[in-house]
Amino acid sequence: MEKWSLMTITVLLALTVRWTVSLSSYSGAGKPPMYGDYEAQRHWQEVTYNLPIRQWYFNTSDNNLLYWGLDYPPLTAYHSFLCAYIAKLINPDWIALHASRGYESQPHKLFMRTTVFVADLLIYIPAVILYCCSLKETSTKKQVSSALCILLYPGLILIDHGHFQYPLSLGFALWGVLCLSYDWDLLGSVAFCLALNYKQMELYHSLPFFCYLLGKCFKKGLKGKGLALLTKIAGTVVVSFAACWLPFCTDVEQMMQVLRRLFPIDRGLFEDKVANIWCSLSVLIKIKNVVSPQTQLKLSFAVTFLSLLPTCIKLTVQPSLRGFKLALVSCALSFFLFSFQVHEKSILLVSVPVCLILNEIPFMATWFLLVSTFSMLPLLLKDGLMLAYTVTMLAFLLACVASFSIFEKTSAEDLQLKPFSLFLKRYVSWFKSFPRIVRSLFLLSVTLMGVLSLMTATVRPPQRLPDLFPVSVSSISCLHFLFFLVYFNIIILWDSKNSRSQKKVS
Amino acid sequence: MRGGAGRARNGGGSVMAASGRSWFGALALGVSFLKCLLIPTYHSTDFEVHRNWLAITHNLPLSQWYYEATSEWTLDYPPFFAWFEYALSHIAKYFDPKMLVIENLNYSSHATIFFQRFSVIFTDILFIYAVRECCRYVNGKRAAKDILEKPTFILAVLLLWNFGLLIVDHIHFQYNGFLFGLMLLSVARLCQKRYLEGALLFAILLHFKHIYVYVAPAYGIYLLRSYCFTANNTDGSLKWRSFSFLHVTLLVLIVCLVSALSLGPFIVLGQLPQVISRLFPFKRGLCHAYWAPNFWALYNAVDKALTVVGLKYNLLDPTKIPKASMTGGLVQEFQHTVLPSVTPLATLICTFISILPSVFCLWFKPQGPRGFLRCLVLCALSSFMFGWHVHEKAILLAILPLSLLSVQRAKDAGIYLILTTTGHFSLFPLLFTAPELPIKILLMLLFTVYSFSSLKSLFRRERPLLNWLEIIYLVQLVPLEIFCEIVFPLTSWKLQFPFVPLLLTSVYCALGVTYAWLKLYVCVLTEHVFVRQKAE
Repeated sequence: MEKWSLMTITVLLALTVRWTVSLSSYSGAGKPPMYGDYEAQRHWQEVTYNLPIRQWYFNTSDNNLLYWGLDYPPLTAYHSFLCAYIAKLINPDWIALHASRGYESQPHKLFMRTTVFVADLLIYIPAVILYCCSLKETSTKKQVSSALCILLYPGLILIDHGHFQYPLSLGFALWGVLCLSYDWDLLGSVAFCLALNYKQMELYHSLPFFCYLLGKCFKKGLKGKGLALLTKIAGTVVVSFAACWLPFCTDVEQMMQVLRRLFPIDRGLFEDKVANIWCSLSVLIKIKNVVSPQTQLKLSFAVTFLSLLPTCIKLTVQPSLRGFKLALVSCALSFFLFSFQVHEKSILLVSVPVCLILNEIPFMATWFLLVSTFSMLPLLLKDGLMLAYTVTMLAFLLACVASFSIFEKTSAEDLQLKPFSLFLKRYVSWFKSFPRIVRSLFLLSVTLMGVLSLMTATVRPPQRLPDLFPVSVSSISCLHFLFFLVYFNIIILWDSKNSRSQKKVS
Repeated sequence: MRGGAGRARNGGGSVMAASGRSWFGALALGVSFLKCLLIPTYHSTDFEVHRNWLAITHNLPLSQWYYEATSEWTLDYPPFFAWFEYALSHIAKYFDPKMLVIENLNYSSHATIFFQRFSVIFTDILFIYAVRECCRYVNGKRAAKDILEKPTFILAVLLLWNFGLLIVDHIHFQYNGFLFGLMLLSVARLCQKRYLEGALLFAILLHFKHIYVYVAPAYGIYLLRSYCFTANNTDGSLKWRSFSFLHVTLLVLIVCLVSALSLGPFIVLGQLPQVISRLFPFKRGLCHAYWAPNFWALYNAVDKALTVVGLKYNLLDPTKIPKASMTGGLVQEFQHTVLPSVTPLATLICTFISILPSVFCLWFKPQGPRGFLRCLVLCALSSFMFGWHVHEKAILLAILPLSLLSVQRAKDAGIYLILTTTGHFSLFPLLFTAPELPIKILLMLLFTVYSFSSLKSLFRRERPLLNWLEIIYLVQLVPLEIFCEIVFPLTSWKLQFPFVPLLLTSVYCALGVTYAWLKLYVCVLTEHVFVRQKAE
């Protein structure tokens, strides 16, 4: 069969799964007074359509910021405005100022789901397909199967089409990676600026982008071509930022207000049960009570910075596309684990770069992607997505096992640990049984996740410990993430230039 | 020596099976996951029908099963299906006992939906097993390095991921999966020359759902020709002396035993006439509310066109025209104005005549399993074309067996593509709710793109599967769908002529189905002559 028909089938399958998931419930369905993210998006449509731009981010009598006030960058607001425009054409009640608060109906759900579906179809899916087609040294079959697995990644499907969220920022970031892999640095920077201006969380990815481009300029020589490239990139970034912020540039107070909305540092170290280090530590020590908020901020900043440093230095000194992808993973993971005010959903910022290395390290990538979806279980359970969660998880595991036969790819070499194992010569004897150990660890972890998912869904927690299951889910996920952080850092730092020559020898 | 060869073949077989099992398992599991995702979708009144049957069989004694009429959806399937519901009801009580109360009409709690949907998904295991057996029969004829281009793989996808079966069973709600599983399994057994098993399975199937009686002629003749007569003359004609009484006795015994098991209790109770009257409700109209795309749809359309023309040129008296005829497609009873009205007997005769040539073919020029399959498809298609009160879903009865043929011969593949595409398209009106619109379009595209590209690559060394006229016909389904689903609801005709989309769909698809039926018939008949000439 030809490549295009295989890719078409893959996309159709992915779209079918997305639409069937979107038939389930959404975040905050029928839960007044605050509802959930679905209502937030609808509310933003209402606000952006009915109010002048100058009032979007300000607390006024028509715009109560305490009720889902706009707290994403301008592109999100523009997108809401666009959706509101279409909503107005179909049914003005959906976005009537004040009167539409908490509006829920079957046609409206259909409309909102369609907007996500279209956004996914136009931005995220094409990026994935093009990325998979651009993979070099892989057969058509492998390209198609990577596309299938990436598109079936349950975390993103459940959050976008179940919980309710737009995949635009991740899609733009993917376009950025795609452009950089074709050496179109300027287009890549524009795409990443769009991503950043859609959601400030994309900052998790900013350092690898910055370091990679900087390293590339260094490589070309800072005095000649490199400087020219650097200037061009800087110019592009400034121009695209200015374009996005144009309506707010008239007034300094406007810009400051938007920035205050984007970075609410007074909200505390973490909220809910998130699988990062602070939340998991607070099971043992109540950090929030022990340390003052200012110190919390500094502490988290310092730890994040330290954990980022090695990867970033390595990438700047030796910029390579492979290193860039890995750095995206490890930096986003560091941010997720250590930074301030992290949300459960932010794990998707790590997952999407992991999807990009799915065909390189299928075993680890699959494992990570499963854990990342598992870490959002309490959220998904609250939204009534248990059936979709179970089915898409199993389907994803099946797709990965069937297309990459991951269980046969657990040797040190397959996990890209060859240089590291050579470094650890003393432990060579231990490394012999390495594949088996890794495999049993994987099975253990999958079993644990399965059992815990089942218990969360069916067993009522003891009265003394009402948060037993969410906390254990987040702590277990956090342990996994720490393990993955170490792993990814190892392969980044021990990835030397001679790995290529080794390949030739083997 | 022979043993060695046999062992080698077995070894090869087991290696193939080992590599085969993994992809087959992945395909089957994958589609089962998709079915699970379809659980929250819309379900039709058939859902209530089956819930009602659960309640009836659970609460009432056998003697009242076919008399109970609290709900309008009375039990109208043969006894085995009733027993099947009875068995299910004993699991259902653990999910939600309220669904087993007969008076609880239109009851659909979450537990009920889960139970009913999962019962369909689980009973589909039989279908999956049958597909595997069918794949074995097709296996090994054409070697291909790439797994995606193996006929077995393609066949497995075409059957397991069949669009029609997915939407009819897992969205609309019915239990066709395991019934077709029984049919395919009996086909596979006949192909493997395990005649008695095949006959037994088919007899059981008939007592699950009597619609399969349409293909019974193919079974009867094939069994008679290849099992009751054990040998042929050298020129391929029948050797009358080889008739085996033992084989006939065995067959009759099987059929009688199964029938006795199923209908026996009702005969003892003296309820047979009541059961029969429930099973064959001739009170219903010629066509279903939505016309199945068959000959009668064309007949009705011509009648309607003639009426319009007649009225325009004052050839007809407007006062004499029955009112209902102008809203045809919405009422069950369709009265013809120009052409003669059709009686059940007429449809029966038409069906009989249309089946006859294919059956003759099977008798006079047996071509082994392939001939049987073709006859089976022709029987199914002919009865679909001319039957009384045919449902559009009945097209699956032809599509599924034709899948088996499509991966073996390019000619059959071409016919298969036309028939599946139009037949599946004609199922679209089954799902009319907005949230299911993307699902049906996506699934249809998925299946169509796959069937076209896979069969094209399978037969890429032969001439194109479809000619340009057929391609144009199929491509025009796209504008038709856009018109029916998107453009039409926006126009002002929607209130005046709400039946137009259904009418267009049904007539347009009827053309394709008729064409595929004729083409397959011509193919079978001409090939027959050709082979005989060669034999002479």
